[in-house]
Amino acid sequence: MNIQINHMTSAMSRIAIGCAVALLAACGESTGSTNTASAPGITGTEIKIGSTQPLTGPAAPGYSEIAPAANAYFQYVNAHGGVFGRKITYEYLDDGYNPTTTSSVTRKLVLQDKVFAVFNALGTPTHLAVVDYLNSEKVPDLFVASGCNCWNDPSTHPYTFGWQPDYTIEGKILGQYIQQSLAGKKVGYFYQNDEFGLDGVKGLDQQLSSVATRQNYVPTNTNVAPQISALQASGAQVVVSFSIPAFTALALLTAAKLNYHPIWVVSNVGSDVPTLTGLLTKFSSGAAGGQLLTGMVTDAYLPLVTDASNPWITLFKKIHDQYIQSLPWDGNVLYGMAAAYTFVQAIKAAGRNPTRAGIVHTLETTKLTGGPGLAPYGYGSSNHLGYLGVQVATIGADGKATTVGPVYTSSDSGSINQYSGTPTTPPSNGIPS
Amino acid sequence: MAVALSGWRSALTPTLSRHLGLALGGGILLLLLSSQIGAYDDYNLAAVAIFAIATAGLNLLTGVNGQLSLGHGALMAVGAYSTSLLLRGHDLPLLLVLLASLASASLVGAVFGVAAARLRGPYLAGATLALAVGLPQIATRYSHVFGGEEGLTVSPPAAPAWLGADFPPERWMAWIAVAVALVTMVLLGNLLQSSVGRSFKAVRDHEAAAALAGINVARTQVVAFVVSSACAGLAGSLFAYWSGLTAPAGFGVALSLQLISAIVIGGLGSLSGAVWGSIVLVFVPALTSGMASSLNLPSSVSNNLPLLIYGAVLVVAMLVVPYGIDGGLRRLFALARARWAGAPTNHKGVVDWDDPAGG
Repeated sequence: MNIQINHMTSAMSRIAIGCAVALLAACGESTGSTNTASAPGITGTEIKIGSTQPLTGPAAPGYSEIAPAANAYFQYVNAHGGVFGRKITYEYLDDGYNPTTTSSVTRKLVLQDKVFAVFNALGTPTHLAVVDYLNSEKVPDLFVASGCNCWNDPSTHPYTFGWQPDYTIEGKILGQYIQQSLAGKKVGYFYQNDEFGLDGVKGLDQQLSSVATRQNYVPTNTNVAPQISALQASGAQVVVSFSIPAFTALALLTAAKLNYHPIWVVSNVGSDVPTLTGLLTKFSSGAAGGQLLTGMVTDAYLPLVTDASNPWITLFKKIHDQYIQSLPWDGNVLYGMAAAYTFVQAIKAAGRNPTRAGIVHTLETTKLTGGPGLAPYGYGSSNHLGYLGVQVATIGADGKATTVGPVYTSSDSGSINQYSGTPTTPPSNGIPS
Repeated sequence: MAVALSGWRSALTPTLSRHLGLALGGGILLLLLSSQIGAYDDYNLAAVAIFAIATAGLNLLTGVNGQLSLGHGALMAVGAYSTSLLLRGHDLPLLLVLLASLASASLVGAVFGVAAARLRGPYLAGATLALAVGLPQIATRYSHVFGGEEGLTVSPPAAPAWLGADFPPERWMAWIAVAVALVTMVLLGNLLQSSVGRSFKAVRDHEAAAALAGINVARTQVVAFVVSSACAGLAGSLFAYWSGLTAPAGFGVALSLQLISAIVIGGLGSLSGAVWGSIVLVFVPALTSGMASSLNLPSSVSNNLPLLIYGAVLVVAMLVVPYGIDGGLRRLFALARARWAGAPTNHKGVVDWDDPAGG
């Protein structure tokens, strides 16, 4: 009898201990130490995000490396414990740079694959096709891979955030450089006739008072001889080019053929040296190459891809060599990894169990610092712009870029300011804390 | 009363009542189906219905009337741009927009059809190809009207309030597209059974013989072109609502060639072939996209895999079912019937040109 009572008490105490443990666990959940499925695309073990990318079609050369590079960084993070123990799954779909396809594959990401957010979707015309849809579905649309200032519109598109400096800011800072360092020279423009080129020209015009001639091109017509001849005839000694890589290469080759040798000032997206060298060699069937790039002026908002002493470059190059060795180490790969780094910063800042509205709130209220960019992030409640500025660089005879002067920051209509912050270094494990 | 009823009965010919019955049955089936599937499947169902309208029209022109058009994507663009321009700054009723887009594409089709009626074989193919290449460029050239490369956005049709706030807009779009597609199929099915339809086939099979039989060959060809363009315009209009954007890149030569490949895979000359082709056109890319990030293949391979698979489907279809999926199924049914009922059958499995609606 006695023994039985003893048994019963021990059984009851076991139950009591069990209850206490359960209670503790419940407590723990409310303070956020366990992973819950807090939003679509987020489970206890996974964060699923998606993207639309030009893996095929006219924009694929170069740009098709960006998503695999971002994915390599995510794999690196996953291999080092993930984000609060969750692994990032990155599903990027091909849209062939066709806005109609972007529209349908974005629905696949949102409705079928139920991604938490769309990340780094590439292209201005392509992404314009879905920006309204993503915002009406309240899907975070993070770090669009395009410098159009259309992503910075928090009142109409509260879920959309840009990433790279917009083309107007770039145009202003390049314009200032021309005004200061190439003073007295005749300037001509060569630009893509869409939002990209026109936004850049808007920035240039704020700085430069007289322009010898303005020439534009459409990406579907590869004959740029009329435009380059007009530039030559106008006597322009400096040509500012807001062009995609293929058209930078065509312009350089056409000018060389016409024995026209101005100083080329090329916006960041059209100036990646490895990409251009390849295109120049290909278009001229080997007759010309990287030597045409000597003396070119451009700008950068990330550390220079050739700067092996920079700790960010060391980190990203190491991840490149480990995960995506088959791709060239170039500006596109750096771009993808740097954008992926910003995403990990943002999702970590949003806490253990993020929600879709939560990550937007975090980006608007928590100042993200310490990313790979040369200038600081601009994210805030009234600003959905990413990096705020650029640094001018020139290309040497060895194909290596050298930065010139300080980093400048600006906004579309504000003044240009010198940035005085010190360059950041990545955390020792390469993952934002 | 009895007289009125018998008058009504005589208007309801066996063909019409059969087509109406088929459409009604199909409609109820798709309505039930659309409520069971997810929003993304509804979205794809709408795409199938939209492409079925365009390919049915193209099949009437190419399969039934024998005029090859490589420019139907451009005619869809006419419909889509009409819709986008009409809806810019206005909120017009859907039916009105659909009819206006249909009318504008018919007009372009009529003008082009007059030229097309004078052309044969490769010259016709070349002229229609020029339409496909040239027309979308107008949008880039006059970008202040047509929005340039970025195109014009269109808001999806809003579902009526009585369906509830949670009703997915994709399902509403699917219902609209399926309803329009069924109406189009009934009308085309009846047209093909009429004397007009017979003259289409007569012109295709032998122009001189058709002319000797009293058929105005040129007029018949223009009529076929107009009817076909009307379908393309209607499909383009729905396409604008469905994708939310009308941009030149969406209506390139690739779209025109996809429409042609769809009727070849589905089955030339039959309406059900158009439907089969549209299913392939929508679901093969939908199933294969995403392979790039999910397979561990070199990116140069995996990036191009969906295109490769689409090409492979086309080649395999040509080898296995040279008369399209529709022809293949007919052959299968014919063989099965011969096996179990011992009924005589057409062993070639050739599409029955004179009964394209099937049955």
